[in-house]
Amino acid sequence: MKVAISSAGKDLTSPIDPRFGRCAYFVIVDTETMEAQGYENPGALAGTGAGVAAAQLVANGGAEAVISKVLGPYSFAALREGDITAYTGASGTVKDAVEQFNNGELEVLADANAEADAGSKRRG
Amino acid sequence: MSQTSSESMQISVAAGKGGTGKTLVATSLALALNDVYPGRIQLIDCDVEEPNAHLLLQPELGNEEPVFVLVPEVDLELCTRCGACAEACQFSAIAVIRQAVLTFPDLCAGCGACAYVCPTGAITEVQRQVGTTRTGTAASGEISFVTGYLNVGDQRATPVTGAVKEQIDPNRIAILDAPPGTACPMQETVEGTDYCILVTEPTPFGLSNLRDAVETSRRVGVPCGVVINRHGVGTSGVEDYCAATGLQVLLRIPQRREIAEAYSRGETLAEARPEWRDDLVGMYGKIEDVVARAATEEGVS
Repeated sequence: MKVAISSAGKDLTSPIDPRFGRCAYFVIVDTETMEAQGYENPGALAGTGAGVAAAQLVANGGAEAVISKVLGPYSFAALREGDITAYTGASGTVKDAVEQFNNGELEVLADANAEADAGSKRRG
Repeated sequence: MSQTSSESMQISVAAGKGGTGKTLVATSLALALNDVYPGRIQLIDCDVEEPNAHLLLQPELGNEEPVFVLVPEVDLELCTRCGACAEACQFSAIAVIRQAVLTFPDLCAGCGACAYVCPTGAITEVQRQVGTTRTGTAASGEISFVTGYLNVGDQRATPVTGAVKEQIDPNRIAILDAPPGTACPMQETVEGTDYCILVTEPTPFGLSNLRDAVETSRRVGVPCGVVINRHGVGTSGVEDYCAATGLQVLLRIPQRREIAEAYSRGETLAEARPEWRDDLVGMYGKIEDVVARAATEEGVS
């Protein structure tokens, strides 16, 4: 199956990015073949509602699950409605995250764990 | 575009920085002009997120009228989940996440693109209330007064600002009290007016925000001039900037405790000291000249 990982770069060697809505890239990986495709995240530029744009991207890419860390209300609602499961607890690179996923080491995220726009640089 | 005769003019009062005295100037000007043109003045409070002109003019207001925006409603039977709506939407307000179709009304700008591109006609636009407007009178029924209010929690002020501006009486001199800043709510207020008075204070912060406000006013094609409030404190930066760029300083309101005391009692400049009425009417005269000159240059009679 395909999994989308929020990432700082476009490929398997990139470090993961903890923010879902505003990460720089998503890498969508086929967990069986390890084929990977990197996409720029449109949510990175969004003023608000970034999580919706990000969820739309991963859904369009055929992902059935995402691996990330920080998901705000828009992100979580969009994924949940679309039956896309969010996993957390990964570390290292995109490749590491997929391996941790395949080994069952990751946790399912039960709810949003951040406020809206938490990943935006404008805050604080 | 509004006419340029003195019988009907739209003057916006804005500022880059908040707290400079926009509402004080706007309401004072309205009262002063009402003495010269009784029954010909209208005060439009366009700060729909935090209206406060009513505190100074104490209007008698009628009922609230709702302001609506259009948001999409999707018929899931007709929808094929093609995603054309999501692709068209510039605001991420509608999304097709696998088999789920989601709308986010608080992100929606009401542009109608989703409904337009839907190949099966599955999207209908329905009304959603985002705020209210109220109209009434002040100064013993002589000044027409319009105010608006954006519902708490809603993000887009411009639909309510637009609804407030729809109440402008084209036969009156309309003074529009703008919200602070230079973002969409201020632009929506200033755009289409004949002149924008920019109220500032003579400090570096005031100057910095004044520059933004001048640029914004120019971008929406509205001539502007400056009122320096709290004149006598701070630095010469604002005066120097006005001199260097040819910006007209229309009025200087001194830093005086008596003005602050009057304001704290809900009194405007026009009421605090009658001499102010002449200064404010004089300022209007200068604005009339600029607007008339601009009209002549454009070849509009």
